[in-house]
Amino acid sequence: MTAITLSAKPTATVGLAVARRRAALHWVAVHSMAVAAALFFLLPFVFVFLTSVMTDRQALTSDLWPQHWQWSNYAKVWNTPGFLVWWRNTLLYAGLGTALTVVSSVPVAYALARFRFRGRNLALMAVVSMMMLPPQVTVVPMYLFWAKQLHLSGSLWPLIIPMACGDAFTIFLLRQFLLTIPKEYVEAARVDGCGELRTLLRVILPMARPAVAAVALFQFFYCWNDYFGPQIYASENEGAWTLSYGLESFKGAHHTNWNLTMAATLLVMAPVIVLFFFAQKAFIEGVTLTGVKG
Amino acid sequence: MSSTIAVAPALRRKRRRQTLRTLAFLSPWLIGFGVFFAYPLVSTVYFSFMKYDGFSAPVFTGLKNWNYVFNHYPFFWQGLRNTLWLVLVMVSLRVLFGLGIGMLITKVKTGAGFFRTAFYLPYLAPPVAATTAFAFLLNPGTGPVNHLLGSLGLPQPGWFNDPDWSKPALSLLALWGIGDLMVIFMAALLDVPREQYEAAELDGARAWHKFRYVTYPNISPIVMFAVVTGVIQTMQYYTQAMVAGKVASGVIGGSGQQFEPGYPHGSTWTLPQMVYSLGFQRFDTGSACVVALVLFGLSMAFTSLLLRRRAGFVTSED
Repeated sequence: MTAITLSAKPTATVGLAVARRRAALHWVAVHSMAVAAALFFLLPFVFVFLTSVMTDRQALTSDLWPQHWQWSNYAKVWNTPGFLVWWRNTLLYAGLGTALTVVSSVPVAYALARFRFRGRNLALMAVVSMMMLPPQVTVVPMYLFWAKQLHLSGSLWPLIIPMACGDAFTIFLLRQFLLTIPKEYVEAARVDGCGELRTLLRVILPMARPAVAAVALFQFFYCWNDYFGPQIYASENEGAWTLSYGLESFKGAHHTNWNLTMAATLLVMAPVIVLFFFAQKAFIEGVTLTGVKG
Repeated sequence: MSSTIAVAPALRRKRRRQTLRTLAFLSPWLIGFGVFFAYPLVSTVYFSFMKYDGFSAPVFTGLKNWNYVFNHYPFFWQGLRNTLWLVLVMVSLRVLFGLGIGMLITKVKTGAGFFRTAFYLPYLAPPVAATTAFAFLLNPGTGPVNHLLGSLGLPQPGWFNDPDWSKPALSLLALWGIGDLMVIFMAALLDVPREQYEAAELDGARAWHKFRYVTYPNISPIVMFAVVTGVIQTMQYYTQAMVAGKVASGVIGGSGQQFEPGYPHGSTWTLPQMVYSLGFQRFDTGSACVVALVLFGLSMAFTSLLLRRRAGFVTSED
C-alpha cells in the first residue's frame, strides 16, 4: 500500500513536467512557424516601402536599406498629372457601383429567399451560373453594344450602369444570409399589416445590416480592384482611367524609377487597407459567409 | 357549393397578385440576366460564325473561325495548357497552403490578432498593385528576393522574365494573397466539435490520425468548395498574368506601343487574355468569340460540378 503511494507520487510529477515541457515545445514550434509565415506575408510590404523612399539612383541598385530617406517621392507621385483624376474616377466607379448594386440586389435576394414561386430553383441556378461566368465570355458583344450602339466607350458608364441590374454574387450572398432569419419575423410583420416591401425595408433590412455591409464592402473592393473592365471601356480616354489602369501606365512612364512606382503602388493599396482596419468585422464576416454558411 | 365558385376567382386574383409581386422584386435581375447574360451569349455564338473586324459589316463564314482557333492560331493550345497548369498547380498549392495557414492560426496562442491580420493583409492588396510590387521584388537584376537568395548562396531564378519560372512566380503571388482561404478554413476548423478530438485522444490518436479521422471529414465540404471555386477563379485568371508580363517586359507604353500578352514566350498566356488579344488588339471578333465560348464551356462544366456536389454551398430549401 505504502509502496504504491510512494512510487505513484514521483511519476505523477515527472508526467506533469513532461507534459509541461511538451506544451512549451509545442508553443515554440507553433509560434516560430507563425513568425516565419508573418515574414513571408509582411516582408514584401517592407521592401516595397523601403524602395519607395529611396533616391532614383539607389532604387536602381539592389540595396535593401535607403541611404537617404526621400519622402518627396510621395509628393511627386501625388502631383503626377492624372493621378488625382484616376483617384476621382475610381471613387466614382466604386461608390456609385456599390450603391447601385446593393439597392438593386436586395429585393432580388429577398424574393429568392422568401417567395415560393415556380422556377425558383432555376432562377437560383441562373444566379450561380452568372456568378461563375468569366467576364471575358460576354465582353466582345457587350463592348460592341456600348461602343457602337450607345457610344459610351471611353467612359466608366458601361461599367456602372449594369450594376443597377443587381450583381449575382451580391444576390447570392444576401440570399444565403436572409435564409438564416427566422420566418416568424416576416409573419409578425404580416400580422401587423406590413406589405412585402415594408416588411423588407422595416423588418428584414435592419436585421441584415451586417450582411449588407459585407456585400457592400466586397463590391467596393471589386470595383476598386477591377482592371479588366476599365482596360476594355476606359483605356481609350485618359480622362476615364482608374487607379488600377493608371498605375500600370505610371510604370510605363517611369519605367526606370522603381522608387516612384513603389510609392504609387503603396498609395493605391493604402485606402483599401485603411478601410479594412475600420470595417474588419464586416469583412471577415463576409468572407466566412461565402464559404461556410450554407 | 356557391361559396367555392365565389372563392375561385378571388384565389386566382391573389395568385396573380403574388406573381406580379415576385416579378417586381426580381425585375432588376431579370433585366440584367437578359441584357448582360443571355443577349451577349447569343451574340457570341452568332459572331463565332462571322468574319467581323468591328467596322465593316459582318460576313457569314461558317466554321472558319473555329478551324482557325483550333488548328492555325499558334497560341490556342499553349494558352489552354497554361490555363490548365495554373488550375492544377495554383489551386492545389493555394488549398494546401491555405489549410496549413488556417490550422496554424487556430493553434497560435500569443499574438493571434497580430498574426491573423498579417496573414490576411496581402489579400486586400489590389491585384495590379500586388503584381507590380511582385514584379519589383522578383526582378532578377535588382530585386530584393534575388539579392537575399544570392547572399545565401542560392540560385537566383529569372522569375517573371524566364518562361520556366514565370508561372511559379505567379503561383507565389497567388500564395501571398491567401487571406480569404485562411479565414474560410479557420472558421471551418473552429466548428469541428471538440468532443471528437477528445474521443480520438482517448483512443490514442496522434496528430496525423486526428487530422485524418476527425479534422478532414469535418471540413471536407469546405475543402471541396475551395477547390471548385478556386478552379473557376483560375479559369478567369487575367489581371496578374497581364500586368506581370507588361511590367517585367517593360512594354507598357500608352497608345503607341502594344503589349502582346503571354510574356515571356507565351508562358503566361491564358484563355481570357486570348479573348482580349484577339478581340481588342487584332480586331478578330469572330475568333475572340470562339475562345470565349471555349472558356464558357469549361467554366459551366465546373459550375455544374459545384451545383451537383453542393459542396456545402447552395441550399435550395430553407
